[in-house]
Amino acid sequence: MAAYLTLTRRELSAFFLALRGYTVIAMAAFLMGLSFVSLVSKLQGEPTPMPITEIFYNTNYFWFIILFSAPVITMRLFALEKYSGTFETLMTTPISDAQVVLAKFTAALFFYSVLWLPLLACVLILRYVSQDPTLIDPGTLGSTFLGIFLLGALYMSMGCFASALTSSQIVAAMVSFSLGIGLFILGFIVDQFPMRKTWSSDTLSYMSMHVHMSDFARGVIDTRYIVFYLSLTVFFLFLTYRVVESRRWK
Amino acid sequence: MIEVCNLTKRYAGYAAVEGLSFTVGRGEIVGLLGPNGAGKTTTMRILSCFLPASSGTARVAGFDVFTHTDDVRRRIGYMPENNPLYGDMRVREYLKFRARIKGLNFSRCSQRVDRVIEQCGLTDVKGRIISHLSKGYRQRVGLADALVHEPELVILDEPTIGLDPSQIRSVRQLIKDLGRECTVLISTHILPEVEMTCNRVLILREGKILADDTPENLRRAMSKGDQTVAEIAAPRRDLQMCWDQMPEIDHYDISASDGDYLRCALTAVDGQDLRSAVFDLANHYGWKLRELSRTRHSLEDVYIRLTRPETEEDSL
Repeated sequence: MAAYLTLTRRELSAFFLALRGYTVIAMAAFLMGLSFVSLVSKLQGEPTPMPITEIFYNTNYFWFIILFSAPVITMRLFALEKYSGTFETLMTTPISDAQVVLAKFTAALFFYSVLWLPLLACVLILRYVSQDPTLIDPGTLGSTFLGIFLLGALYMSMGCFASALTSSQIVAAMVSFSLGIGLFILGFIVDQFPMRKTWSSDTLSYMSMHVHMSDFARGVIDTRYIVFYLSLTVFFLFLTYRVVESRRWK
Repeated sequence: MIEVCNLTKRYAGYAAVEGLSFTVGRGEIVGLLGPNGAGKTTTMRILSCFLPASSGTARVAGFDVFTHTDDVRRRIGYMPENNPLYGDMRVREYLKFRARIKGLNFSRCSQRVDRVIEQCGLTDVKGRIISHLSKGYRQRVGLADALVHEPELVILDEPTIGLDPSQIRSVRQLIKDLGRECTVLISTHILPEVEMTCNRVLILREGKILADDTPENLRRAMSKGDQTVAEIAAPRRDLQMCWDQMPEIDHYDISASDGDYLRCALTAVDGQDLRSAVFDLANHYGWKLRELSRTRHSLEDVYIRLTRPETEEDSL
């Protein structure tokens, strides 16, 4: 446990010691700022029954942040260690493969959560300016953040997996980006090509992350979604673990 | 401390290590010597539990490196080739991180880190960022990392590569000092290093052990071919007669040197020292003797002879 915490701390500090971490935070803050601007302009128009968080989600910048930040955050995790050789020094200490995978995942997820803090600031600013305590419902806000967190967990675990596959950060980023985009687009296939209702179109529509996230933003917490994200996250972490372990099979 | 039995490691298509067997006792400093691609790094990676062997067994302190990896990893300090470090951390911070990850508790950790910083001469740079350090200091950080958890076995892959002569000397001294506390396995292709630091040498080529002995014994085994060289001003015929009459001389070779001098290369039976006999002879006949020396085979000759590829040997 102590080794796991130490490694998590080291991974986290690596995010904040390099320029890359701040660049990602700046990019995300910029996109959130754009969302905020369009959110404010929408609020000035017609009154709407939609909660703030859903309006924010519908500004379309949301997916940019997730799809682009995930590969950049995670590409370093294993690929850089393999490239520089520190993977060898790390794996010859009495720390288990599972601990290494979990520590890196935890650090990435923590950093990802920090990335989303500006959103909280946007909401607080709105509340302060509007002087209307009913404007923001804590429950809806909570479910939005829960959705963001679950989505992040899935994308970070995919990124870990991609990074463990290779010793090149660029390749890791491309693989994780393709996986992320692929999974995201899967849900749209049903909408784009209306076909007869079959079991396959049903399955695809269950996997529509767009639908999941807009539900979360509306304040709906569906346990099916939680199970979906948690199981996929565990699945990708398991794959990562197997990839890390695979050096022992060769 | 180390027991290796029939160790084989195959990569797709070729064997990096084949049927390797050796043992290393507690407190020994053993040098793995061999040309590039001889299987030194692979052997070390297997012993440090980074790679599994294709077949055969390896034990460290009685624990199998494949089934009891945790027990083994706790007992070894490993410094890989090229000494990879986290360049973005500070020296002390890095060593503390490594000590914690190796399972030292909080109070023990700072105590040990301070100790190795002192031991490896890092006191002046302990607050510096690793990527800003010179190669020599980085090497010492790597060494300090290998020692921080008081391992029973220290495995160092080419520890002096890329250092300047005075740094090499200090690292060698450090390795020698280590031998008092723990077992050391180092790999290198620098021969004087082995002669100076190790009390046993394993010479590897193409994944097999060619020699396993002390540096002195290896040299002695070669001494059969020792030559005594003498430059004497004397008639060639007289010299030939003398050498023919001496029973200690196996064969000889006389060549002309400048002036009246002749250069005689004498090979003795059983590697005896002929120098005093030659001197007595020259003294007896009143010949002028201006050079008398004995060429001693160094470990380098042993190494070159053993590691020469077979094809080349055949063509000679």
